[in-house]
Amino acid sequence: MTDSGHAALLEEQIDQWRNYLLRRQAIHTVDVAELEDHLREQVAVLVDAGLATDEAFLVAVKRMGDLDDLSREFAREHSDRLWKQLVVVTQDAEEPRSRARTDAMVAFALAIAAAVLVQVPRLFGYDFEQDGSFYGRNITFFVLPLLTGYFVWKRKLNPTTVRWLAVAFVVAGVFANIYPFAPGGSSEVLTAMHLPIALWVIVGIAYAGGRWKQVDGRMDFIRFSGELLIYYVLIALGGGVLMGFTALIFQAIGIDIEPFFGSWLLPTGVTGALIVASWLVEAKQSVIENMAPVLTRLFTPLFTAVLLMFLGTMLWTGNAINIERDVLIAFDLLLVIVLGLLLYSVSARNPSAPPGGFDVLQVVLVISALLANAVALWAIGARITEFGFTPNRVAALGENIILLVNLAWSAVLYIRFLRRRGSFADLERWQTDYVPVYALWAAVVVIVFPLVFAYI
Amino acid sequence: MEISKDLIAASSTSIVLAILSAEDSYGYAILQRVRELSGGQLEWTDGMLYPVLHRLGRLGHVESRWEVAESGRRRKYYRITPQGRAQLEEQRRQWQAVDATLRDIWQTLSISLPSINPASDAPLPQGA
Repeated sequence: MTDSGHAALLEEQIDQWRNYLLRRQAIHTVDVAELEDHLREQVAVLVDAGLATDEAFLVAVKRMGDLDDLSREFAREHSDRLWKQLVVVTQDAEEPRSRARTDAMVAFALAIAAAVLVQVPRLFGYDFEQDGSFYGRNITFFVLPLLTGYFVWKRKLNPTTVRWLAVAFVVAGVFANIYPFAPGGSSEVLTAMHLPIALWVIVGIAYAGGRWKQVDGRMDFIRFSGELLIYYVLIALGGGVLMGFTALIFQAIGIDIEPFFGSWLLPTGVTGALIVASWLVEAKQSVIENMAPVLTRLFTPLFTAVLLMFLGTMLWTGNAINIERDVLIAFDLLLVIVLGLLLYSVSARNPSAPPGGFDVLQVVLVISALLANAVALWAIGARITEFGFTPNRVAALGENIILLVNLAWSAVLYIRFLRRRGSFADLERWQTDYVPVYALWAAVVVIVFPLVFAYI
Repeated sequence: MEISKDLIAASSTSIVLAILSAEDSYGYAILQRVRELSGGQLEWTDGMLYPVLHRLGRLGHVESRWEVAESGRRRKYYRITPQGRAQLEEQRRQWQAVDATLRDIWQTLSISLPSINPASDAPLPQGA
């Protein structure tokens, strides 16, 4: 081998060694650079002493010591590194740090913009208390366009895509406000509930940044959505504590702070927190263990047990499902939860790993949910004409069917995978391909339902 | 002869501080110096030096800076701080106390038990 050949081989070996070292969370990039300098000098000295480069490399690596021991020593010295630090990004690399800072600044600027934007209608005489219906229908438009904007900026989307995203928001804004909804009618409530679902896909397209057509891109968006929900709930909890505390101390000096909450703090928090939470998920995705899969692991067995108990009790006692008005919504929620559990265990699973016990549990969960839902659907189906087709009931039924189809086919794919007739990637593909269906149905509810049901 | 891990760990900070008190240096050169000074008796695992250096840095005994070496690579140099010098002085006193005690013990042992194992008695390190 030529000298340059040796040199190239050495570079390759050092690359491998470096990457191997970088995987240890206790050893940071700067430390690796320092160790690499050491390794190179050792190799050079050994080569001067007459060793071939590859031999020199092996000796130098051996002298460096066992990497597990080394990593343990580093961890002992830098125990803070094992506690991944929130918000403040790594202090090592200069360049990523400034990028992270701009990122944070843009996110906070957008969060403030959302908080300001949500107050703008008040200038035109709208009030949070009295115009709840206006805010219900439109709250989405104070946040999601800005969140989309954040990802447009972050992913450097091309102008054509951006134009389409903008068109989608404008169209949605028109449909949310053009219909003469009956005051207090269910069509309006349905619009308020379904608009965010439909528009969430727009955020997703921006989030995926040109990878929306790929399974991975959509799967990343699913992961993002789950983590965002968790962060948002956590921030909301903190906000609740803050508000409670504020109310308490102001009460102590005889000032009622409630009006300030209602018109300033709450709208600001609700809108701004979504953007801040999104930024946190983005900034922390490589730093913190994802929570959604962890919760999934915890709750899949529990939900499975509850569902099996429910089915068993129903069989044992022979009690039929009480057909009340809201029973369908309850079963929709059940399917949503089961789908969530399925989705987030799929998102965290290594597709190439062989089937295991948890997979079996997952299938049991899905099938028991399907059975429970089938019983409910059968009971409702028999009497749906009796109750009449209200917008609420049709929406709930449509959602039930959509979720049912998803879970049923997921069960088939999962069983195929368990019997080694198919790959796990099929299930992943099915779940990610299904994402637009929810948005489409939500769009139908927003656009078509008010017309069909005469705005009631 | 192999010196036990515990002894190496106990002596490492003093040795590193002492080497740095002579001149600023970097990891590889410090290790070379340790080998020279100990006549090859002290064999440190190379990587283990760095956590020691980082600990000294955290405690404020040394400070570090990146420089570009003649090879064009970036290299991290360490310099002892005044606080590090004080620490070195303190450690020197402690080691001398340990050394004096051990010396006395070796002496008493060689007087009272001269015939226990004369072969291994002879090369006992003086002031190890």
